[in-house]
Amino acid sequence: MSPFLFWIFASLMLVFGAAVVINRNPVASALSLVVSFLGLASLFMSLDAFFIGIIQVLVYAGAVMVLFLFIIMLLDLRAEARRRINWLASAGAIAVALALIPQIFYVVRHFKSAGQSFPPLAQSTTDDVHNIGALLFSNYNLPFQIIGVLVLVATIGVVLLSRREPR
Amino acid sequence: MVTLGDYLIVSGILFSIGFAGVMLRRNLIIILMSLEIMLNAANLSLVAFSRFRVQATGLPDYNAQVFVFFIITVAAAEVALGLAILVALFRSRQTTDVKDISSLKF
Repeated sequence: MSPFLFWIFASLMLVFGAAVVINRNPVASALSLVVSFLGLASLFMSLDAFFIGIIQVLVYAGAVMVLFLFIIMLLDLRAEARRRINWLASAGAIAVALALIPQIFYVVRHFKSAGQSFPPLAQSTTDDVHNIGALLFSNYNLPFQIIGVLVLVATIGVVLLSRREPR
Repeated sequence: MVTLGDYLIVSGILFSIGFAGVMLRRNLIIILMSLEIMLNAANLSLVAFSRFRVQATGLPDYNAQVFVFFIITVAAAEVALGLAILVALFRSRQTTDVKDISSLKF
């Protein structure tokens, strides 16, 4: 992938990620999150992880975002009232988050492989989904089944939680 | 030339954006969205490492991509449960603000 496209998609993702945090209106935040995740999906595809990129679009832009928007509409949330902002707490939170960035730069600079570009891939005879699926059903069979149980438990929990209490 | 370090730095900045969201915002829905952003930042670095560690067969290291698959599944389950808790909370308290939910505070 050309560096130009990489930086376009990366900045798209970061700008809209910041918009999620900055926007006061929850609907605007949710829509910014969709754009941010679409940028992330294109970064996945730039790394030749096409299956993960497609899953990202399907699960996040498809399912999770609809769920978020559905809940926002259902609860009829307006934009947050302009409360008095606790400036000290906000400044502390921003300072802690900003302090992470130089640490990441420091770690990446001292990581020897970080300066190398990606080695070329061989022309594969099988596609991405086939390779991941083969691994998922051989090496990772037990975790795969456990994750199935987890999703089942989550489904039951959601039904139980959203049931109206009998009076 | 895009290097592994570029992807790691972008992923780190995305993580700190999500972290700032969790610390700054008081709306529970936005906090859940920021959690998603943090999980996806981890996914990005995992996929970058997967592409970087090309195997002897010339294919990327698919172990990391299977891990990302699991993370996405757990994140989806987490969002569903979190939003269900949010609805139950809104039903009893009529608020999604974390400042108004402090009855367990010491």
